[in-house]
Amino acid sequence: METLSLEFKVNGQEHKLSVTPNKRLLDVLREDLNLIGVKEGCSVGECGACTVIMDGKIINSCMVLAGQAQNSEILTVEGLEKEEGKLHPLQQAFLDAGAVQCGFCTPGMLMSSYNLLQSNPDPDEEEIKDAIAGNFCRCTGYKQIIDAIKLAAERMNRQS
Amino acid sequence: MKADVINKSSNRVDGYEKVTGKAKFGADINFGNQLYAKTVYSEYPRAKIKKIKLNKAKKLDGVVEIITAEDVPGTNEMFGRFPVLAAEEVKYVGDGIAVVAAESQEIAKKAVKLIVVEYEEIEPILDMKKAVKDTKELVHSDKEDNIIEHSHHLMRKGDIEKGFKGADVILERTYYTPFVDQAYIEPEVVISIPDPYRKGIEIHGSIQNPYSVQENIAKVMDHKISEVKVIHSTIGGSFGGKDESVMMMAARTSILAERTKRPVKMVLTREESMTESCKRHPYEMNYKIGAKKDGTIVAIQDEVYTQGGPYNNKAMFANWRGSVHATGPYQVDNVKTDYYGVYTNTIYGGAYRGFSAPQTVFGIESLIDELAEELNMSPKEIRLKNCLKPGDTFATGQKMGKDNIPIPLKEIIKEVCEKADYEKKVKKFKEYNKKHSEIKKGIGISCTLRGAGLGGEGIDTAGATITIDKDGSITLISDLTEMGQGMRTAHAQIAAETLGVSLERLSFINTDTSIIMDGGPTVASRGTLAGGQAVIAAGKKLKDRLKKVAAEKLNCDKEVIIIKNDQVYEYDNVNNMIDFDELIGVCIAEKGISLSAQGWYNPGPEELSEETGQGNAYPTYVYGCAVTEIIVDTKTGEVGVEKIIAGYDIGTPINPQQVKGQLYGGILQGLGYGLMEEFEQKEGYLKTDNFDDYLIPSIKDIPDINVILFDFEDDFGPYGAKSVGELGIELVAPSLVNAFKNATNNRIREIPLNLERASLGKNLSK
Ligand code: FES
Ligand code: FES
Repeated sequence: METLSLEFKVNGQEHKLSVTPNKRLLDVLREDLNLIGVKEGCSVGECGACTVIMDGKIINSCMVLAGQAQNSEILTVEGLEKEEGKLHPLQQAFLDAGAVQCGFCTPGMLMSSYNLLQSNPDPDEEEIKDAIAGNFCRCTGYKQIIDAIKLAAERMNRQS
Repeated sequence: MKADVINKSSNRVDGYEKVTGKAKFGADINFGNQLYAKTVYSEYPRAKIKKIKLNKAKKLDGVVEIITAEDVPGTNEMFGRFPVLAAEEVKYVGDGIAVVAAESQEIAKKAVKLIVVEYEEIEPILDMKKAVKDTKELVHSDKEDNIIEHSHHLMRKGDIEKGFKGADVILERTYYTPFVDQAYIEPEVVISIPDPYRKGIEIHGSIQNPYSVQENIAKVMDHKISEVKVIHSTIGGSFGGKDESVMMMAARTSILAERTKRPVKMVLTREESMTESCKRHPYEMNYKIGAKKDGTIVAIQDEVYTQGGPYNNKAMFANWRGSVHATGPYQVDNVKTDYYGVYTNTIYGGAYRGFSAPQTVFGIESLIDELAEELNMSPKEIRLKNCLKPGDTFATGQKMGKDNIPIPLKEIIKEVCEKADYEKKVKKFKEYNKKHSEIKKGIGISCTLRGAGLGGEGIDTAGATITIDKDGSITLISDLTEMGQGMRTAHAQIAAETLGVSLERLSFINTDTSIIMDGGPTVASRGTLAGGQAVIAAGKKLKDRLKKVAAEKLNCDKEVIIIKNDQVYEYDNVNNMIDFDELIGVCIAEKGISLSAQGWYNPGPEELSEETGQGNAYPTYVYGCAVTEIIVDTKTGEVGVEKIIAGYDIGTPINPQQVKGQLYGGILQGLGYGLMEEFEQKEGYLKTDNFDDYLIPSIKDIPDINVILFDFEDDFGPYGAKSVGELGIELVAPSLVNAFKNATNNRIREIPLNLERASLGKNLSK
C-alpha cells in the first residue's frame, strides 16, 4: 500500500513517520505516537473528545487526515504538563474546581480552554461557552468547567 | 464529632491521571499479539436467519476466526434472555449474528461486510399496547404473552374504589416518555485474554458491573465463576448503561480469545453503542387521581407500561422502584398501581440514572399540577398540603419520620420557593405574558422523594478491603466501581476519617473480581451509602488493631488511644504519643499484626408483601424540590431554560464540591430528557445513532443553575451521608413542562418538549 512520509512537530518534538495517507490524525497520534490522551467519542466531529491544537487552531482530530497535518505543529494534552508532576494552571484548576468526573472529555476540554486562554487571557462567561461549545461533557453539567477556566485565567493573570 | 477529612471539598483521588491524559480507558489498553473483533448485526428488526455465509470473509487475509451462535461453548442465553449471538431469529436491529476476529480493526471492518446473511422477514412487534393485547404475536414463542417475566409490580393501599367515591374531583391523564441514551462520551470497550497463568479468562474494559459480567461469562464459557476474572478499566461515564452491551461484548470476545488463544479487543463505534446498548425504558403512564375540593388527595391509581425491547434484565427491578414511587412524595390513603414491562422488537430498555424515577416523577409531578389547575390552587400550595410529613404513611404503608429518618419535604419546598421568589415571579410572568403575544415566560415546580439504595429491590450489601503497607501508605479496594461519579474520593475520605489519617496516604485499585467478593452492583446511588459503610467497617477493624498495639507501646488503656491527623496519642496526655508511621512499623515488624482488613456491610433485606407491595421499601430517603424558569418563543417553539433553583437533602455531603458536581450533571441530563433527547425509530429501524442526530445538551444549553444542599440529620448512612448520584436528573422534565403550561397554557404530556411540541402545543405522535 502507498505510504506517506509525514513530518510534523508534536508537543515540541519533531517526528517523521511513514503512514497510510487515509489514516486519521487521531489514529496517528494514538497509535503511532502513543498519545492516548487524545480520545475518540463519536468519530464524526460532534463530541470534541479528540480535540487537539494544530497550528494554533482547535481541530477535531477524527476529521483530519494524516496528510493534512504535514509540516504542522500539534499540541495534545500530553504537551500541557511540561515536566512530570508540573501541571499547567488549567490542569490544576480543573482539579481544584471539580471540573473532572469520568475524565473522558477532559483532554479535549483542556485543549479548547488552552486555545481560548492563548488568545484571550481574560474571557467572560459567554466567551468561555463559545470556546468549548464543541466539546460535550455528559458528567459535569459544565458549570464547574466554567469555574475551572475562570480560575485558571485568574491564576495565570496573577502570575504574569 | 468534628470531622477532619469528610465534609470537605478535597480534589479527586483519581484526578491527576485524568487531567494529564494518562488515565487508561478501555480503548487505551492493548495486549501484545491482540486481535480486533467486530460484530455482524441484524439487518432487520425481526427475521428468521436462513443462512450465514462466512466463506468470503474467512478467505480475507488477516481474518483469524469467525464465530456464530453454534460456537458458544456454554449457554447462549444470558441473564434477561440476551443471546451471545442470535441463533434462529433476530429480534431487533442490535442483535449480533457473527463476530470476526482479525489482525487489525480495518480488516475486521472489511470482513463483516463480506459476511452474507439470508433472512426471512417477519412482521416485527413494535407497538407496546398492541404487544400487551395481542397474545398471538409473541416476541418469545415459549411465552404466553409479551409481558416481561417478573416485571409486574403493584401497590395496594387502602380501598381504591372507596377512595374515588369520596373524591370531589377526579382526573384521568396519560403521560409518555421516550427511549433515551445514557450518552456517556466513551463508547464501550472490552478486551478478553486467555488467563496467562491458569485455566480461564481475564476480561478488561469499561464494565460497570464486573461481577454480573463474570457470572454470565462463566455460564457462556462453561467455566467456573472463579475461572473468570474481570477488572474494569477507567470508565468514561456509564450512568447505568455499560452493562448489557459489555456483557455481550465480553461473551463474544471471550469465545474468540479461547479459540484463538490470543487477546481479543472489541471497541464499539458510537453507532454500534447507540444501537446495542440499553436505553431508558419508555413509559406509558395511565393515571387517575381523586381529591377533595380543598386539595387533599384521596386516591391515586396508575397503570404503567414500560417498553423493554426483546430482552430485558432490568424491567423487573425498575418497575418495582416505579411502583413504589408512583404516588410521588405525597400522603395518599388509597393507592392502586400496576407496572408491566413489555417485550417488543425494538431497542431495549435498561438502567439509566434514575432507574424509573425520571419517568415516574415526570408523570406524577405533571399530574399534581393538573390537579392544582383543576382546583384553582397554586402548584406550591397543593404540594405543601399533600407532601409527606412526619407520621404520614408512604404508598407502601411505611410510616415516615421514624427512627431519626427525617422527612423534610415541607421545609425544602418552602425554602426553594422562597429562594426562587416563586410567588412574585408567577405574578410578574402573568403580567409579562399579558403584554407579549409571541414571547412567553413561565415558572414551574416539581418535588420528589427517592428511596436510597436498593431497598426492597435486593440486599444492599457491599465490601471493601483496606491494606496498610510498611511505609504507612494505604490501599483501598471496593467491590463497587468508579465510573466518574467520585465514589473513590468519597471512599478515600471516609477511610481516612475512620482511620484518623490524611487523605494523601490513600490510593485505590480497580475492582478485580478475583480479589474482592461480590457485594452487589454499583447501582441505585449506593456507592457511598452502602460502599461507604463497608469502608468504615474495614477501617474500624484496622483502627482497633492499631489501638491495641499503641496501648501496649504507650502503656495505657486501649480505650484512651486517639488516632487523629496521622498522630497516635493518649487522650488528655497528648505528649504520650507515637507517630503513625512508627506504629505501623511496630505492628508489622515487631508484632506480626495483619494490617489488611475487609469490611462488609449488610443491612438485611427490606420486607415487602408481593401481593400488596406493602412494607418498608427503603431504610431512608433523599428529597428534592426544583423551580424552573423558562422563556418560550411561541412562533418557533424554542424553549429557553433560564434558571433552575434546586434544593436537595442528600444527608451530609462527604465532598460538597463533588456532590454538587453530581447534581449539576444530573440536572443537565434531566434538561436533555425534558427538552431534546429522543431515539427515533421507524418500523423498528433506528433513525438516530450518533451525536449528529441524537442531541444532548452542550454548554450553550446550560441555564443559570443554583443548587442548595440541605442536611437534615439522618443516622442511617456513613457519617450521615445518603445517596446523591441519581437525584439530580428527575426534577427537571416535570418542572419544565409545568413551567411551559404556566407560560403558554398548553399542557404537554409527552416529552421531550421539542420544537414541534412546543410550537404546536400538542402531542404529535400520540
Ligand atoms: S471523536 Fe472526534 S469529535 Fe467526537
Ligand atoms: S467528565 Fe465525563 S464526559 Fe466530561
